[in-house]
Amino acid sequence: MAQHDDGGTSTAAGSAVEKAVPFVPSAGTAVVTSDAIKNPGLPPHRERVTDLDPKKDRQAERRVYTLFYLSIVGSVFAVAAYIAFPITPGDTASVRLNTLMLGLGIALGMLGIGIGAIYWSKNLMRGDELTESRHLTRGSDATRARAAEIMHEGNVESGIGRRSLIRNSLIGALVATPLPAIVIFRDLAPAKDPVKLLKETMWAKGTRLTRDPTGTPIKASEVTLGSVFHVIPEGLNDKEDRLEEKAKAAVLLMRLKPEDLHVSKGRETWNYNGIVAYSKICTHVGCPVALYEQQTHHLLCPCHSSTFDVTNECEVIFGPAKRPLPQLPISVDSEGYLVAQSDFTEPVGPSFWERS
Amino acid sequence: MTVTTTRPAEAPAEVAPPVSRGSRFTGAAANYIDERTSISGLVKELGRKIFPDHWSFMLGEVALYSFITILLSGTFLTFFFQPSMAEVHYSGSYVPLKGIDMSAAYASSLDISFDIRGGLLFRQIHHWAALLFIASIGLHMLRVYFTGAFRKPREINWVIGFLLLILAMAEGFTGYSLPDDLLSGNGLRIIDGMLKGIPVVGTWISYLLFGGEFPSTDIVARLFTLHILLLPAILVAALGLHLLLMVVNKHTQFAGPGRTNDNVVGVPVLPIFAAKAGGFFFVVFGVIVLIASFFTINPIWNYGPYDPSPVSAGTQPDWYIGFADGALRLVPPGWEFVLWDHTWSFNIILVLAVVGIFLAVVAAYPFIEGWVTGDKREHHIADRPRNAPVRTAIGAAGVTFYAVLWAAASSDLIATHFKVTIEGVIHVLQALLFIGPVIAYFIAKRVCVGLQKKDREIALHGFESGRIVRLPGGEYVEVHEQLDDYERWRLVSYNDYKPLMIRPNAEGRITMSQRMRASMSRWFFEDRITPISQNEIESGEHH
Repeated sequence: MAQHDDGGTSTAAGSAVEKAVPFVPSAGTAVVTSDAIKNPGLPPHRERVTDLDPKKDRQAERRVYTLFYLSIVGSVFAVAAYIAFPITPGDTASVRLNTLMLGLGIALGMLGIGIGAIYWSKNLMRGDELTESRHLTRGSDATRARAAEIMHEGNVESGIGRRSLIRNSLIGALVATPLPAIVIFRDLAPAKDPVKLLKETMWAKGTRLTRDPTGTPIKASEVTLGSVFHVIPEGLNDKEDRLEEKAKAAVLLMRLKPEDLHVSKGRETWNYNGIVAYSKICTHVGCPVALYEQQTHHLLCPCHSSTFDVTNECEVIFGPAKRPLPQLPISVDSEGYLVAQSDFTEPVGPSFWERS
Repeated sequence: MTVTTTRPAEAPAEVAPPVSRGSRFTGAAANYIDERTSISGLVKELGRKIFPDHWSFMLGEVALYSFITILLSGTFLTFFFQPSMAEVHYSGSYVPLKGIDMSAAYASSLDISFDIRGGLLFRQIHHWAALLFIASIGLHMLRVYFTGAFRKPREINWVIGFLLLILAMAEGFTGYSLPDDLLSGNGLRIIDGMLKGIPVVGTWISYLLFGGEFPSTDIVARLFTLHILLLPAILVAALGLHLLLMVVNKHTQFAGPGRTNDNVVGVPVLPIFAAKAGGFFFVVFGVIVLIASFFTINPIWNYGPYDPSPVSAGTQPDWYIGFADGALRLVPPGWEFVLWDHTWSFNIILVLAVVGIFLAVVAAYPFIEGWVTGDKREHHIADRPRNAPVRTAIGAAGVTFYAVLWAAASSDLIATHFKVTIEGVIHVLQALLFIGPVIAYFIAKRVCVGLQKKDREIALHGFESGRIVRLPGGEYVEVHEQLDDYERWRLVSYNDYKPLMIRPNAEGRITMSQRMRASMSRWFFEDRITPISQNEIESGEHH
């Protein structure tokens, strides 16, 4: 009773068109049984109260038109609310009231129609279900045969199959036409090589460290133990490309006890009396690493929880980032203000292919 | 039909009812249009088309209607929004930001929120509708998946639907970024960082997209063009195709008495389905407006204009981006290497690969299952999820996988709310990403098989009536009541598959793909519960 098949061999594309036998698609590994339970057919229709009781019918009708009238009331109310609840500049309460009243009016206008129409269709329109038969999605054999014939005629009359030079050169031409459309997008970005830009920041020898966002310079003496400063290079705020520069040059400044700092060889002079400056841009995907935990000296990126240890030159102790935050070598100038010794010694921010 | 009323001469005079002025006008109008468009053919073809009814069929409708809501509310917003990153001095009426330098995009978003009557309402309608749009697409896809409504002839429509989901998420993200506030700017920063992590081309893709170094001054205008022109155009075209194929294939229906694979039982388009669906559009729109009037969404004025330096803790993306953001968080430390003089950011490549493969499997699933079963018949009866245990279990595993990634996007909030360490949360979620789907798979499969067994039992032996009868011999039995034919039919009508038996092909060889198909088929159909046959019912009635 079980019919078994190991694949769709009987349904090779197009084969059914030539065959005169009716199309029977493969059932695959489905079990087709002759002993299946018979479909009992549609159950008898049950009348609704509105079908049986004229009073209920009239009641339902009243409800529907009441809802539609309510919708009109809502829409008119919305228009009235637009005028009656204006926005007073600077008063957020008036904005809230305007939003609320206008919204309530529009919502009533919508819901009145919506609920009314659904109630109407469920209670007053015809209540029994209708049946429509389905047909195979594929065209009838005659239609498919005619379609194949048309394609064949098209082929013969144009000769596209036979005249291979015409066909292939046309395909080549069609492939080539979109090329300019791709090329003309080159100027989406400036001509300059991005790699060079990504490897340098505004910091240079002698650039003062200033407060973000005011731009006032910071004296070493102001940086008390345990404090943290959000820092931008001096002159950043006057720059035309302020945000682009800031996205690379933002720095965090902290002061730790010098004995808490583990300084590696070659970086002995990069801090000033325990004051250290690190890039604020996460080495994962570039969020600002803005959360400083004073007790543990950890920096936490709020985006993906990468955690950096300031006492250990900001190496990653948790999270998806790999590289430590780059350190900005600092010292003080003759007036006691903190300055950079140079630019960062490696590219800041997220990794990129050409970084190393 | 209405056309004939314009020609009363053709109808026998005594039958013709008195024609009112209204219907004379409708008739004349219909005649006018039909003589120029042949629209009567369309009405004849579609006017009484039958749509089956089930609450779960509404989910796709919710998606459609929230999209219309998005189009309408978005059009209003375009009249006031300025897609420009030119720096302006804010002089609008939101006091805390007065005098601050910001982009024209952010300033105009503030104006929409604080200076234009109904502006805030429509911003919130637009945003809530977008959230609902993607949520309802997701639920609609789950409904189609778990009921097997993607099977032949609907595989192509599944792929189009998948494309619609991707487009909807792209629309969501581009729209979210337009106000150029601090939060959305950080989202763009993450996109920039991810793009840069792509080997070979990443740096240039980011450079070209942003029009220079991040953040540059072009991105809002470019996203605006994508958001209101290119993506909606593709979306509307795909949506049209999706609906057209639904009409061509006719809607699936659940198994029930009188419902077969060869018919559709339900309500006709005119008038019932039109009234219901049309009414439902207004309900969806109305509910979104109601939510938007009461609940703030995306209060951009609290975040301030975009600046690469500040960020606040506990910020979250819109819900539908969460799974990708969570995937970024779950990568273990140190997955970045320098090889052959280049930086390989596997902490990003891995995320793109995992999310990409997950989405590819979702898109390809109908073809995988079709290959395993080899079933080339058309399927118009929606499966009850229990009757396809392995499919349901795979779906449960997929949902769990997604849910873990999604939860990971809130790992910091989970840590602060439940007073646990953030490291602990991440480690648990990392483990759950692998273990969770396996557990979900086995639980779902066991539950399905258990439910199938219960159905079988009830169909064969009826249900416990709670009536205890004492037999003449003193024995007590509980009377079981048989189901009627209609109820039983719902329990017993489903497709049954056997595992594939490997057979050599025409050349006498057993191919590798055949072996693979056989093992997949065994995996799918080993633990099958066969539907009850007529014979079993009849022999069952005797005891």
